[in-house]
Amino acid sequence: MKPTYKSVETRYMEERKEFFDSLKKLDRRSFVKVSTAALGAVAASGLTPPFSFQPVNVSFRSEAASQANSFRFAYISDSHLYERDLNDRFVRSLMRAVDDVNNLDPQPDFVFYGGDLAQLGQPLELELGAQILKNLKAPLKIMVGEHDWYLDMGEKWKDLFGEPTYSWDHKGVHCVTLLSVVEKDFWTARGMSPMDRMKTVAGLDNSVQSPFTVGAPQREWLKNDLANYSDDTPLIVFSHSPLYKLYKAWNFWTDDAEQVQAILSRFKNVVVIHGHTHQMLTNRIGNIHFHGLLATAWPWPYAPEGMPPLTVEMSRPDPFNPQDGCGDGEVQVHTDGLVDKIYNFWNRNPLTVARAYTASWGQEAIPPKPNRPSY
Amino acid sequence: MVSLTSRIGVLGSLTLAIVLCWGIKTESQSGTDIPRTDHGAATMEYQQRLLDKLMPEVDATKVPEGFDPVIWDAFIPQNNEMTASRVALGRKLYFDKRLSEDGTVSCATCHDVTRGFTDQRPTSEGINGQIGRRNAPTTLNVALLQTLFLDGRSPSLDHQARLPIVNPIEMGFATGEESAAAIRNDEEYQRLFQEAYGRGVNYEDIGNAIGAFERTLVFLDSPFRRFLLGDDMAISADAKEGWRLFNEKARCTACHQMSLSNPLGTDNRFHNVGVSARHQDFESLAKQGVQALKEDPSEQKLEELALATDMSELGRFMSTTNRSDIGSFRTSMLLNVGITPPYMHDGTLPTLWDVMDHYNKGGEANPFLDGGMEPLALSEQEIDQLVAFLFALTDQRFAEENEGQMKAQKAAAAKSRAFRDDDMAFRQKLAFEDRISK
Repeated sequence: MKPTYKSVETRYMEERKEFFDSLKKLDRRSFVKVSTAALGAVAASGLTPPFSFQPVNVSFRSEAASQANSFRFAYISDSHLYERDLNDRFVRSLMRAVDDVNNLDPQPDFVFYGGDLAQLGQPLELELGAQILKNLKAPLKIMVGEHDWYLDMGEKWKDLFGEPTYSWDHKGVHCVTLLSVVEKDFWTARGMSPMDRMKTVAGLDNSVQSPFTVGAPQREWLKNDLANYSDDTPLIVFSHSPLYKLYKAWNFWTDDAEQVQAILSRFKNVVVIHGHTHQMLTNRIGNIHFHGLLATAWPWPYAPEGMPPLTVEMSRPDPFNPQDGCGDGEVQVHTDGLVDKIYNFWNRNPLTVARAYTASWGQEAIPPKPNRPSY
Repeated sequence: MVSLTSRIGVLGSLTLAIVLCWGIKTESQSGTDIPRTDHGAATMEYQQRLLDKLMPEVDATKVPEGFDPVIWDAFIPQNNEMTASRVALGRKLYFDKRLSEDGTVSCATCHDVTRGFTDQRPTSEGINGQIGRRNAPTTLNVALLQTLFLDGRSPSLDHQARLPIVNPIEMGFATGEESAAAIRNDEEYQRLFQEAYGRGVNYEDIGNAIGAFERTLVFLDSPFRRFLLGDDMAISADAKEGWRLFNEKARCTACHQMSLSNPLGTDNRFHNVGVSARHQDFESLAKQGVQALKEDPSEQKLEELALATDMSELGRFMSTTNRSDIGSFRTSMLLNVGITPPYMHDGTLPTLWDVMDHYNKGGEANPFLDGGMEPLALSEQEIDQLVAFLFALTDQRFAEENEGQMKAQKAAAAKSRAFRDDDMAFRQKLAFEDRISK
């Protein structure tokens, strides 16, 4: 039988050999040509985000100037802080993200925190996170993740950050933050302690906890909140879990997603920004464009099935580099409410999933595929 | 009476001779006994005599000892096969100061045989006393590197070798042709170029020949290699403990993979470990860098920017303009590291103890810091053991220089450990903490 399987390493070595062979064939002049061409290619590809130092930013900015209402916000998500004496790597990572965002020039309109600030909802974890996030220069908007909530059912979180469900208007865009990780009471009947409950929710692949929902009361709230907005109002909805059904065993899932989507269906353009999945993730269902957020703590592997076809999967993180595949990012909101989603990977090149990509159902502005396989 | 005085005299001069010997032995790196000339380098004659002693009768066409022929072959470019005449030509060129505009700088000025094939100074001095921004890397074992220059901007040794000749602050010729013209009247060169490459004196073959010569500088025979080959007595107990730490707690092996088949101790990749974060703002520098490359993307401009401006600190970024490459440099090889101080791309760390201090605190926090950098919580004893291991990586032929370096560095480290930060190393203070709470 002819072997058809090639390991990742074999393919990597083959590509590498090809590359070095091609370099050997270059004389000096064509080497310069190649380097120059590479420069141009980088500038022309989606690799160049509107980071302050890139000269292409000039064109971004002039575009922004002609569209009075477009704006930019930054995001940080999924830091999963332990107390610093137990694990300081995640603490350092969150501080790195804050440093990153504070370095943006010009500063974003606000910074959105995507949930799971704490690992086990402990007061000290949440306080530590709040303390670090206070150092952000731009105003903070923050969302609940299940890791923040299920020790004391949000008591400490609300104490620090206020109500978890809220909305606001920003430059003509209506923004809504939901608590999308509501679970049915699985703990009372089992006589679980708050910590048992927290640890159950924090786990994957268990049959004890119930799937996440937005829940009837919040759906009602959402309907009322949106009642006064016309169908062509650009809408951005923030939810910790993806507002669709991706992979149930890992709770990459919102059980009443269809009902929430129905409430959003009358709007022309809706963008849903979600945390929880710790990876590059893109989806579109009808009028709703979904974008995932990178985590600062760790990257998750991709769900083994049911991946949205629009998703360009990031490549497997380097096991020698604990921050690989992690990062933060920015969202450039256009006047029609659709967004360029910028993934600012640490130790990788930033990557933009452009407005035109989801708007064209993946026909245009296709993000560059990574040269290594995903996982 | 007479005999007594003469006896004292004999004893005295004997003592003097011993003191002198000792002095020479330990101070060989400061070079009190070595005839020195332009820019502090040993005279070319002295260097060549020393090289004869280090490498008697090399057969360039043979695979160096300890190498798998298939692997060695992969490192030799097909358009520049190793021949005796090419190596002989390259060797002559390596030591020839006529390849610099004012006739004071040869390759061997900054890659000095007496100084571990470096200049052992923070950054190098070119023509007219101009000081560059990069620490001269050793030319030992460079045949095994996948990219050349600390930022990897050159793909091959043959290509790399001709660039310093036309760098305005190194050897300073305006064009490669001018450098070829400077030696074209030399009849020996005419003969050697003809023999080696079948054509007259030209710039491209200058690089090819120097590349061929440098490929013969294979110096792998370290005590550590002998240890790996089964000689348990080859390295000290401290060095053995250092090797264990190297692979475990100190995390060195994450980038400096090292084995019999991969002896250099580099992953050939580019990492930001924060060396220049101490004195540079990467963001604004990157803006300047992109602008400068836009105005003039030529190879020569890149050379100049890399060596003569602050943009040097951007490292790999200047070749790729990838944001993930900002401030990153190729992982240094560790073979012979003991005899090539000072350390890092800008030579800012004077001793291996300082290097340990830098890594022990998890490097210098900056937005582009490699994610593999962690505070290491190494004790002083562990640092000493790691350094003992690093000094066991020097080829036996440099044993004396290595010994002297170890003593000198130890003495310097006893006086000052400027980069030591126990609060960071033991996580009392965390990376980025100072920066975000400014």
